[in-house]
Parts: sequence; C-alpha cells; structure tokens
Amino acid sequence: MAKKLLVTSSPHLRAGDSTTTVMGDVLIALVPALVVSVVFFGFRALGLCLVSVACCMAFETLFNWIRKKPNTALDLSSAVTGLLLAFCVPVTTPYWMIVIGDFFAIVIVKMLFGGIGKNFLNPALAARAFLFSWPAIMTTFVDPFSSHSLSIFSDPIFQNGVIPENFDATTTATVLSELKNQGQMPESISSLFFGSQAGCLGEVSAAMLLLGGLYLLFRKVISWHIPVSYIGTVALVTFLFPKTGGMFNFQYMLVQILSGGLILGAVFMATDYTTSPITKKGKLIYGVGCGLLTVFLRYFSGYPEGVSYAILLMNVLAFTIDKKTMPKRYGTGGAAEDVG
Amino acid sequence: MAFSFRGGIHPPYNKDRTFAKDIEKLPEPEEVVIPLQQHIGAPCTPVVSAGDKVDYGQKIGDCDLSSLSCPVHASVSGTVTAVEPRWHPNGTKVLSVIIKNDFEDRLSPECVPFEGNTEDLTPEEIIRIAREAGIVGMGGAAFPLYAKLKTAIEKKVDVLIINGCECEPFITCDHRAMIEYPRPIVNGIRLIMQCLGLKDAIIAIEDNKPDAVDAMTLTTENTGITVQALPTKYPQGGEKQLIKALTGREIPPGKLPMDMGCAVFNVDTCASLDRKLSRGLPLVRRVVTVSGEAVVNPKNVLVPIGTSYTDLFRFCDGFSTAPYKIINGGPMMGSAQHTLDAPVIKNTSALLAFSGEEESFAENPACIRCGRCVSACPMRLMPNYIYMYAQKGDFEQCMALNVQDCIECGCCSYSCPGRLYLVQAMRMAKSRIPR
Repeated sequence: MAKKLLVTSSPHLRAGDSTTTVMGDVLIALVPALVVSVVFFGFRALGLCLVSVACCMAFETLFNWIRKKPNTALDLSSAVTGLLLAFCVPVTTPYWMIVIGDFFAIVIVKMLFGGIGKNFLNPALAARAFLFSWPAIMTTFVDPFSSHSLSIFSDPIFQNGVIPENFDATTTATVLSELKNQGQMPESISSLFFGSQAGCLGEVSAAMLLLGGLYLLFRKVISWHIPVSYIGTVALVTFLFPKTGGMFNFQYMLVQILSGGLILGAVFMATDYTTSPITKKGKLIYGVGCGLLTVFLRYFSGYPEGVSYAILLMNVLAFTIDKKTMPKRYGTGGAAEDVG
Repeated sequence: MAFSFRGGIHPPYNKDRTFAKDIEKLPEPEEVVIPLQQHIGAPCTPVVSAGDKVDYGQKIGDCDLSSLSCPVHASVSGTVTAVEPRWHPNGTKVLSVIIKNDFEDRLSPECVPFEGNTEDLTPEEIIRIAREAGIVGMGGAAFPLYAKLKTAIEKKVDVLIINGCECEPFITCDHRAMIEYPRPIVNGIRLIMQCLGLKDAIIAIEDNKPDAVDAMTLTTENTGITVQALPTKYPQGGEKQLIKALTGREIPPGKLPMDMGCAVFNVDTCASLDRKLSRGLPLVRRVVTVSGEAVVNPKNVLVPIGTSYTDLFRFCDGFSTAPYKIINGGPMMGSAQHTLDAPVIKNTSALLAFSGEEESFAENPACIRCGRCVSACPMRLMPNYIYMYAQKGDFEQCMALNVQDCIECGCCSYSCPGRLYLVQAMRMAKSRIPR
C-alpha cells in the first residue's frame, strides 16, 4: 500500500464542535447587544469594539510569534475577550486605554499563564479592573443618544481626569450610582430592560443580552446553572433586603437586576469556561457566590457596581469548587444522579 | 426504571449503509491466519504443526484446563503451512497457525451435532461444550464464555442480560443476526438460562433497531425471555451502563457485574453456543460489518476466522479512496490497524476503512474547560482533570480521581471541542497505577 495508515488511540470519531465554533457562537450571541449599543451610543461604540477585538487577536498572535508557538488567535477566544472588554467600558474611553486593557487581558492574564484554558481570572474582567487605574474615565457615562456626534477617529480629551465643559455629549450618572448616592429610583423599568440607560457599551440592554443568552443555551454552549443561580440570588437578596425602601421591594429588585452589568456578567462573564466550575453542583454554588458578593459589593463597597469584582473573586474559587463537588464515584451510591 | 444511564453521547450512527443488507457469505479464502490468542487469558499452544492436514472445525490450539484460555479451531480444511508469529489486530505479532485452503471443505469428525435432548444437559456439560467450541464474548471483550458461565454460577447470578444494543456507530452485524437468525440466538439464550438455573432473561436492543426488536419479540414468545427496547445512546451497550439501565444496579469499583448478580452476554455469542449443539460447529465463522467512507460497497459478511483484511475488503469491491485509517471494531472503541495483513478474529465485529472526513484534529489541542467531557462521561469521571494530571505525570492524583474506573468508551474525546486525546491519557494513567 502506497499510503501509510494512521494509527491512533480510539475513539476515531470526533464531534463537529471545536473551540472555534464555540467561541464563534459566543460572538454571535453578543451581536444583538452590540447593535443596541451602536444605536444608543453611536458608531464610536462599534469603533471601540473593533479595535479591541483586533488588538486582542494581534497581541495573542504576537505573543505566540515571539514564543515560537503555533498561533492560537484563530480559535476566536481572544476575539471574545476583546469584545467583552469593550462591552464593559464607557463609550468615552480613549482608544489608547482600550489597547492597554487588551494588552493586560491577553498578555498578562491569559498568555503568561499558558494561554486558553489556563488563566485563573477572566481576562476581560481582570483588564477592566486594571483599567480602573483611570477611575474618572471608567466612571464617566453619557446619556443614550447624546454621544452620536463623538468622533470615531479621535479620543475625547480628558483634562485632569475630567471631561471638559465643551464636550459634545451629556454626561450623567448610572442608575446604580444614583440609587446608591441619592437613593433615587429610575423613572422607567422598561427603558432599563431595553437598554436606554447610561452605562458601559454592552451592559445596557438586558433584553438583547438575554436573547444572546438564549442562543447560547440553545446551542448548548452554556448551561442554565450559572446565570439562573447568579441572577436568582441577586433577585432574592435585593427583594428581601433592599438597601432603601423597606422590605419586599419588587421595583428595587428589578433595578438591581437590570442595571450595572448584571445580565452581561451572569450570562457572558461568569459562564466563561476557563474560570468557572465544571460540575453542575459547582456551577450552582459559584452562581450563588457571585450573586451574594455582587449584592455585598453594591451595598457596602465604594463603587455602586459589584459584578466584575464579584466574578473575579469567585474565579479564584472555581478550581476548589470543582474539587469539592466531584461527581460521586460510580457504584458507591449516588444513584439519584440525573440521567442526562 | 429509567432505561438509560447518566452521560453518554449521540454520535452519527452511520448504520444505514449496511443495516438493510443481508449477510453475505465470503467465498472461501486461499489462506487463513489463525492467531492462537483471540481471547482474554493465556494464549493457546498449537496442537498441529507445519505440513499437517487439518479439517474444517478441527481444534488447532488448546491450553490446559486450569488456566483461563479458550481453544481455537481451523476455519477451513487444508494444510498447515506454518506456525509462526503473524500480525494480530492488537498491533503485535502473535503466534498463529497458517492454513492453506484445499477447498475440499472436509468437516472434522470432532464436529458432531448433539444427539440427545438439550434439556437434559447439566450446567457442567454446557460449560464443557462452551469451552470445546472455543466460544468467547463476541461483542468485543472476547472473554471466554465457559469461564463466564462458571463464575456466574459461583456468584449466583439472578439477572441474565443478552446484549443486542450494538451502540457503536457503523456496526450492524448483531442487528442482522437478530433479523436473520433469531432462532439460534434464542436457543443459545435458553441454554445459558438452563446453565445458570434461571427462568428468565432480558434481551436489550437499542430502539433504532425496531425490526430487530420485532423479530426477537416474535421468536421469544413463551420462553421467559423478554425483549426490552432501550433509548439509543452511546454507550448503551456498555456492560455497566446496560445493567444500570435495566436493573438500576451500579457495579461498585473493582467488582464484576456478576458480583452484583448480573451476567451480560452478546447475542451472537448465544447463537454460537447453539451452533455447536445443533450443527456441531465450533466458533470458526462470524459476521463482520465492513463499512466506512472509503469502502466502495459496505456489507455484512460471514467470514471464516483468520481471513485477512485484504480478502475482506476485496470482497466489498475495495476502496473508493486510499483509506487513511483502518479500524478493527467500532469507531469509538475499536483499534486502528497499521497493516491490512492482520486477520479477522473472534471478536472482530466490524472492519472500517475511514477516508479522513470522520474526525478532525487540532494543531494545538487545548482544554477550554467547557466540561463536556464531564457531562458525557458515563462513569462520572472528570476526564479533563485526569488529563491535566496525567500530562504532568502525577498519577497519584489521577488515581484519586478514579481513573481506574474508566471504561475507555471514548465519550470524552468525542465531545471535546479542544480535541484533546483524553482516552489516550486515561489509558496511559491506568497503565501507570499499581493494580
């Protein structure tokens, strides 16, 4: 026989899904939120997303090239990181800053720990935390529709960390910071749901994020465990113990769920494979932990938001949770194990 | 009863190439190479030597009764040209008896049908007959039938399961067997029931074979044997998974199914037992599904043991494209072959030639911790963690994660989007831990 036969260990069949298709699905799921973001904040939102995705992929390529390793950027995981990082910065963020964030996410958090699957923190969230080195920029938000005239090609000039008077967008506070600092509830819950609120690029529209989440569930990229236990915990705690306005405050609960990036975090960030537990039980514990920490940080920390730090804190527990929630060994009881 | 088990996968079954095709008889091959080891246990010692004339069905290799082994028989009549090491499906050279066919088809005088009433046979007699016939588990494991029956009696087995699931993709030999010769299967089952002193048995068949379910239901009327259709899910035919689905019992680590009162036999194994009694024939032929993308004309073929892959593929009109992989057995658990010179042996249920479209590799396999392997594992292991420790050479941790429970079904590797060689890592880890 002319051609040599390939001999490998069984199995000799592989499912069609690859890392690339999984990451591609996540990107597809983020598109609705991206569209809404462009509608509310203008094309600068798109510019930030594209630059961030491109830079993340470029940094990964460069890193692999320097290390003389096969290029892994085409598995699209760095594109997901780039898009998610852009999703959690305000529209007024200068381009240089997002590039620094991308560098931190890909090189420091991901590649230096061994690349995909090896990082112990979510790269996008860790980079966001890092970008809070420029707190004024990270907490300058604009009203929806007021930033359409911002240039895609140049950065807003911050003077001493403050947006100048002649800035052509209306700066405003986010719903959560108004609630935290002034105890003021937003006027319309539905505008929160559909995304007409001040905030980071991708976090504003709960509706579109949930749509993306449903797509991921349908494609079996994520399971329901983390989003439901995370959002459910935040809902329960904020409903039973609102910080203002007595107990059993349904309005208050809805505001807490629909703002501050909770849906973005619960559906897209906390479900990050690498930094979340694998077992079903572990995912539930992780989701509840994220929820409790989020509410704790929102109530008692200096910032009005708590999602990103809550997830980062739980990230470091993922491995431990897995170890503690190992499925019961076959044949040692545990017959109640689900048939799946 | 859930009739199912935790985990598992739904690979493309690809059975439609052959499931409706009648079993065809392979023309007698010019030469057969019969390995003296086709079973779990000690290899046989040859009882013939070069130059001997042998008859069809004559015993050519045997072992003393004290050790776990199983005799082998000539599958054609002819002359022994050599007794020497030849390629075996396991990838190594194994001592084999090479017989040049004289096409006279002389039946050995050893092969006489059982004359008396089979109902008078004692368990010991049935066990002796099973051994003499050289019958091994034909579903894949090739565990000698007589030894299994012996243990089953010792362990006082109370549930007899006949495995007709055939959950591996591509393979349709048991499917065809159940349709084309249900009677010998049922007769064989009744002999095993008689041997174990049981009044009933369950035939388990995946529900993607409704015609087989019908055929077996019809044939088992008033026999105490029930036919149970099970949801189609790989590895439904895995011994532990099958027992779990049918009885709810789980086999504790390190124990045999028979310790939990369950014995599982393949359908074709049962038919072989009947063939010995009704026609006097030992296990010298079996049905092999020849399939795969690279085969021109996929078929179910009745093949003399020892026929070379080359002869078998030639009968199926050869290859449409140069095969990139030849697999002995199913695509999930079968072994890739490096040569077409190896022979069909007692547990060769399928011979597949793949063109290269069936699987894809990653240049840089990497775990993304998606957890699909964990949800797919029917043994409730965490393959990704075991892989991680195996890569680091930390086999103690692998053991702490119960790697020894792995049944190597391949569900983890199949479902891995990072294309890790999970089963390979498990095998490596298993071979490194002290028994």
